[in-house]
Amino acid sequence: MTGLDLAFATFGLIAVVCGLLAVTTTRVVHAALWLVVSLGALAGCFLVMGAEFVALVQVLIYVGAIVVLVLFALMLTRSPIAAQTEVSVGPRRRVLAAVLGAASAALLLAVLVPVVAVLPERTVTSTEVMARDLFGVWVWPFELLSVLLLSALVAAFAVSRMDRPSEDTAPAHASSTDAPLLGEAEA
Amino acid sequence: MSALEIVLRSAAVLAAFLVLPLLVGQMEHKVMGHMQGRLGPMYAGGYHGWAQLIADGVKFLQKEDLTPAAADRWLYRIAPAIALVPYLVAMAVVPVHPGWVGAEVPASALLVLVASGISVLGMLIGGWASANKYSLIGAMRSAAQLLAYELPLVLSVASVCLAAGTLNLTGIIEAWSPAWLLWQLPAALVFLCAAVAELNRPPFDTPIADSEIVMGPFTEYGGLRFAFFLLAEYAGIVLFSLLFAVLFLGGWRGPGDAYLGFLWTALKGLPIAFLIIWMRVAWPRVRADQLQRLAWLGLVPVALGQLALTAVVVVSR
Amino acid sequence: MSLLGPYVLAALLVGIGVYGALSRRNAVLMLIGVELILGGALVLLVSTAAAGQDQWSGGTVLSLFVITIAAAEVAVALAVILGVFRFRGEIDLFGRGR
Repeated sequence: MTGLDLAFATFGLIAVVCGLLAVTTTRVVHAALWLVVSLGALAGCFLVMGAEFVALVQVLIYVGAIVVLVLFALMLTRSPIAAQTEVSVGPRRRVLAAVLGAASAALLLAVLVPVVAVLPERTVTSTEVMARDLFGVWVWPFELLSVLLLSALVAAFAVSRMDRPSEDTAPAHASSTDAPLLGEAEA
Repeated sequence: MSALEIVLRSAAVLAAFLVLPLLVGQMEHKVMGHMQGRLGPMYAGGYHGWAQLIADGVKFLQKEDLTPAAADRWLYRIAPAIALVPYLVAMAVVPVHPGWVGAEVPASALLVLVASGISVLGMLIGGWASANKYSLIGAMRSAAQLLAYELPLVLSVASVCLAAGTLNLTGIIEAWSPAWLLWQLPAALVFLCAAVAELNRPPFDTPIADSEIVMGPFTEYGGLRFAFFLLAEYAGIVLFSLLFAVLFLGGWRGPGDAYLGFLWTALKGLPIAFLIIWMRVAWPRVRADQLQRLAWLGLVPVALGQLALTAVVVVSR
Repeated sequence: MSLLGPYVLAALLVGIGVYGALSRRNAVLMLIGVELILGGALVLLVSTAAAGQDQWSGGTVLSLFVITIAAAEVAVALAVILGVFRFRGEIDLFGRGR
């Protein structure tokens, strides 16, 4: 076992433990924050595997955008500070979910463990090489992805404005939770 | 790199991290005082109240460490650290002199952006965990602001990285030429604007807004934890001023930079810090919806246009 | 460096994610489970890059693609969840609305 393996095991252990906490905690905002720690530790794993750029992008996008969005949504949907048991399904369904989760993990392990190889040394893909490939070989998927992002943006806008017409007729009590906070120009 | 060198480098970064924000804080006291036609704190320490910040620090230390009964205790307590520590990490990768950088990281420009994003999470958590309506409103505003201004910030840095052909801050300084002052000017303005918004400094301080939502996320905070949030704000000013100098003004480049590089960095960074303080005195707070409008309709299109311009110039060069 | 670590980590993350997605009633928390599954996929992609087994730096590029798609997915999903909250006043997946 080399130093790299040890570092990977440490980060991986943090990622798994925090992931477990994220899916079991009964406090909703804590779940999002455990997800942050888990994904941060995952970025540490990527660093150990020599993928520095992926690690930084992971933290930038997940912590800077995705988790902030999730926290935002949790606050907008009036999540209390106190623990809530009703955020999870009942014990019977939980056992079923645990069995399914364990089964999928076991399935993946059964497929992956037989093909484990010990690398003499890790291959580090430099950012230059990656960028050349990204804008060479992968350029069409990349363009497709940008179209996907654009349509996701438009869709998110469209969905979040869906009830605007009815708002003018009825006094908007349901949507008043977020609009003044966001500072959307209602007035 | 030997163990001694690592210790020395860490100590140097920590010292800079502790001293420079205090200098900026003192500068804010004095600059604001003079601009508003008043003296500002004059007594502590004798000469022009130089020790006022130290006295403030001692005062913060003596205050009782209160946690509201309804708060999420654990999160409430670690939030100031989450706001402060990322700036320490970011400070370690900013080059100040040829060969002087706390830690040489290949993609340091990206790392600084990552750190500043994490820091805002501290405010968000602190505001939510305080169990206070004003704090919650402040936290939500700061989340909305982060989402809106992170994009132009990243785009303007991306433009510089594209022009330099590297993600490394040292590499960017080496690739810098005076022409950048002109054709990277839109990116520089967008960066400055977005940095002030990211720091929640006036005129973009709607998340804090002491006169409407009572300091927002910090309403419940007092004593040392509040001081940590203040320190994070000043550390942020230092970091973004240095970063502006490095990205757009050529960092340590200048006559005799082999010996005077750190002086050039300071000379370029200081006016930016001054400018950020000046903005606080000169402009009133913009409303939260004006803030969003400025980001999405003003800064993002400008940053995208700059990125396109940079790409065209780089490709045709 | 052994590839056992990444493979075990990927499998465990996917397992945890499946459990999270199936056992949560709160729609936002269900999304957290999905994010963990994507994390497991990322580990596998990066490990192929570390092994040098990928062509055209596919391991790195595809992991960036996964992160981008995750961002798009979360934006749309949260917009839908907030829309549901406006119409029904709650985001309980088993709830009947208020």
